[in-house]
Amino acid sequence: MNPFATIGRVVLRFFEEAGRLSIFGAASVTGVVRPPVYWWLIAQQMMRIGFYSLPVVGLTAFFTGGVLALQIYNGASRYGAESFVPVVVLVGITRELGPVIAGLMVAGRVAAAIAAEIGTMRVTEQIDALTTLSTNPIKYLVVPRLVAAVICMPILVAIADSIGVFGGYVASVESLAFNGSVYMNNTMNNVTWDDVSSGLIKSAVFGFIIALLGCYNGFNSKGGAQGVGNATTNAVVTSSILILAANYLLTNLLFNK
Amino acid sequence: MSANGDTPKVELRGVKKRFGAKVVLDGLDLTIPHGQSIVVIGGSGTGKSVMIKCVLGILRPEEGQIFVDGEEVTRLRGRARDAYLRKFGMLFQGAALFDSLPVWENVAFGLIQGRGVPRMQARDIAIEKLAKVGLGSDVAMLSPAELSGGMQKRVGLARAIAADPDIIFFDEPTTGLDPIMADVINDLIVSTVKDLGVTTLSITHDMVSARKIADRIAMLYKGKIIWNGPTAEIDHSGNPYVDQFIHGSAVGPIQMEVRA
Repeated sequence: MNPFATIGRVVLRFFEEAGRLSIFGAASVTGVVRPPVYWWLIAQQMMRIGFYSLPVVGLTAFFTGGVLALQIYNGASRYGAESFVPVVVLVGITRELGPVIAGLMVAGRVAAAIAAEIGTMRVTEQIDALTTLSTNPIKYLVVPRLVAAVICMPILVAIADSIGVFGGYVASVESLAFNGSVYMNNTMNNVTWDDVSSGLIKSAVFGFIIALLGCYNGFNSKGGAQGVGNATTNAVVTSSILILAANYLLTNLLFNK
Repeated sequence: MSANGDTPKVELRGVKKRFGAKVVLDGLDLTIPHGQSIVVIGGSGTGKSVMIKCVLGILRPEEGQIFVDGEEVTRLRGRARDAYLRKFGMLFQGAALFDSLPVWENVAFGLIQGRGVPRMQARDIAIEKLAKVGLGSDVAMLSPAELSGGMQKRVGLARAIAADPDIIFFDEPTTGLDPIMADVINDLIVSTVKDLGVTTLSITHDMVSARKIADRIAMLYKGKIIWNGPTAEIDHSGNPYVDQFIHGSAVGPIQMEVRA
């Protein structure tokens, strides 16, 4: 087989997918601003995407904060810089680990669920049925999930930030013999709006990516159970990769703030 | 053109649709006169579903025109399409009920979402339509997953007639049902069609069903209508393809593409 033909096919396929995704994304975003707005569906999705993700996101944030404190102590103590642990935990969680960990966890939970649900609707002709009942499937299915995810992710990440910092506190006080009130004071004195807001902006973008990729893969699933399975896998993999790529670009953009 | 009695309800002219290299519809012509029941027969994979999806604007044909009430609808999009789709009701092959909603909301969906009917009023209409297909109001609160295949088809039929459409499409209405339930569904289709005085287009490969519900039968083969005539004439069509199909014989001009 000609290797150039293979490379060419892969490249073409990549751009084709990117183009399709862009068109789908543009249609979804214009759907947000055009009536009708399904308020009840948005509320329902906020419950499913936001509220039910709290335990997963909270637990991962707690352990990540704790591990972060332990590892930073490990490095900092070599230079006698133990007192920096609270600040580094705070900055690490709010700017980076809070949004990324929450984003990846929600990608695994929500993007998969969205892709499986919409994919099943596609293969059982429910999406065609929506169209024949004069209901735009993008507005009815995609827009509520997109809006809910963009609203919920920053809230989830704000909570994850608090729990993550608390995880660092617990690890420092319990395992590293930090003084609790000193740790807290040190943390509170160093909280800045720029650190927190850069994380929240990122998380809103991650929410958009998660819902869009979940819906896109579900909408384009073909052929029965296997197709839905592939759509679910693709939704998780592509949204996770895009979250990490977007994270890098956004960090560059927000770095000096 | 006006929507008078002479204008066909639905007309397809030279519709072509292909997926990649595979030509599915190859210049399909079909006229559905006002108030008639047309059944299109044809083997699996001959493009029957694709034909219906082209009329409903779910798929867009590459060539050809589709008219509804004399108005061209081939390239309508967005709100214009939502408006003309209000003339249609559709019964899907697998019923395609929304499993996240109870039965009554499935039936009332087009009324609530498509036409803005208040929920309580839509619910009453839904229960009345369910009664028309022989289902009691106790079914209304169930989830579609709790129903048998035959009951799902009935709910699908109730949903198709809920908004009093002019035209109803039936996609394989009897597939996957036992012969008795298939006959019940056929009877329901015939009686609702008579009651409502609607135009219908059905696609099926079930000849028993086709004979029962059709005024006219058309046969689709290789993306074209190869025969079209009154139901009574189907046994004397003189067309070897039609003869082979209605007798269900493996021997004849139609060679099954076993390795597609």
